[in-house]
Amino acid sequence: MPDHFHAHPEQPDIEDTPFTEHQVMAQALEELLIAKGFFTADAMRKGLEGMSTASPADGARRVGRFGEAAAFEERVLHSVNDTAMELSLHVGQIPIHAVKNTPQVHHVIVCTLCSCYPTALLGGSPDWYKSRAYRSRVVREPRAVLEEFGTHLPADIEVRVHDSTAERRYVVIPMRPEGTEGMTEAELAACVTRDCMIGTALPQVPQP
Amino acid sequence: MRRPHDVGGLEGGPIDTEEHTLEPWEKRVVVMRRLLAQQSPPVMTLDALRRGIEDLGADDYNRLSYYERWTASITNNLIHQGVISIDELSRKMEEVETRWRKERTS
Amino acid sequence: MIPLRFAVGQRVRVRAVFPPGHIRTPYYTRGCVGIIESLAGIDPNPEHLAYGHLGHPPVPLYRVRFHQPDLWPNYGGNLQDTVVVDIFEHWLEATAHA
Repeated sequence: MPDHFHAHPEQPDIEDTPFTEHQVMAQALEELLIAKGFFTADAMRKGLEGMSTASPADGARRVGRFGEAAAFEERVLHSVNDTAMELSLHVGQIPIHAVKNTPQVHHVIVCTLCSCYPTALLGGSPDWYKSRAYRSRVVREPRAVLEEFGTHLPADIEVRVHDSTAERRYVVIPMRPEGTEGMTEAELAACVTRDCMIGTALPQVPQP
Repeated sequence: MRRPHDVGGLEGGPIDTEEHTLEPWEKRVVVMRRLLAQQSPPVMTLDALRRGIEDLGADDYNRLSYYERWTASITNNLIHQGVISIDELSRKMEEVETRWRKERTS
Repeated sequence: MIPLRFAVGQRVRVRAVFPPGHIRTPYYTRGCVGIIESLAGIDPNPEHLAYGHLGHPPVPLYRVRFHQPDLWPNYGGNLQDTVVVDIFEHWLEATAHA
């Protein structure tokens, strides 16, 4: 009779395993999509290899290359005017818009709605950039958030937060730090970190 | 209504600045998403990925990790488009789970 | 060339409506007044793209700059601090003064 049946078969609890339901789901999707011919296992392999080379070292190299360009732009812009200047920079298909820090304006980048980030330029985004805490707080209290990163800004500067809500990504061109007169572009690039280009850090002259 | 992903201005705790490299399964999800977007026409666009994540509802949005949300969104998009059926997904998930349990006990 | 409803420097208000669906106009901007900083571009509409449609016709996308005190009560920083948000034209309406 029905009420004597054990209606639910014994199932090992997936929480006892080292893998989660969504990891199983992701693997299942991948195998189904390969079987259906949407992409090949080889394409997956190539994509994964591309990711492992685009890791911190590559990101630092790209930041360095852009830092060189930023340093160069800095020198060019220095002779134009003090207002925040904006450049358009295209890396890959998604347009990246550069915003320049000045003595009057400090820029910070966020995507409150998801985590849009200039990946083509800077590599993968850091976990904190994707976090709910950063996304919720940096538009509301940017100075307190920057303090948590150890970044102190003068009270009279304007902090301008860019919320990347559409297809454009944003990157910050930091201000040239003091004590860098006479530095080569490569030396200037060494002062510019990824966090400087999100706006949560200020460029530092490396100590000898 | 404020949807669960639309968090600008809400209370948030301290920001954890520790970074971790992606786990292998997370990297596979990133590559898979890109390969689906590169089809002609794209099987799933970035916009569709975002929408799928937003539509997960507050409980799942807050409970799942970043790439678990991506996985859930990709799955829902593919089912919606008829690229995969729920039935074949369930069978493949069962097969994968059985295989992995065996691998871990052997 | 698509005619643009708004000009750089113009004051605009974000429509105070809260429909469901895939929207790229953040909740915290709804009903707030800002100024047009620049035209970011003319883009396919993500509200259509997200549902598998082509997103045509494309819609002007503006960078709208808000003063922080106009977004939040009791803003704690410099009253000149700002937030710039990329907002599609159909989410904006002209306004004379706040």
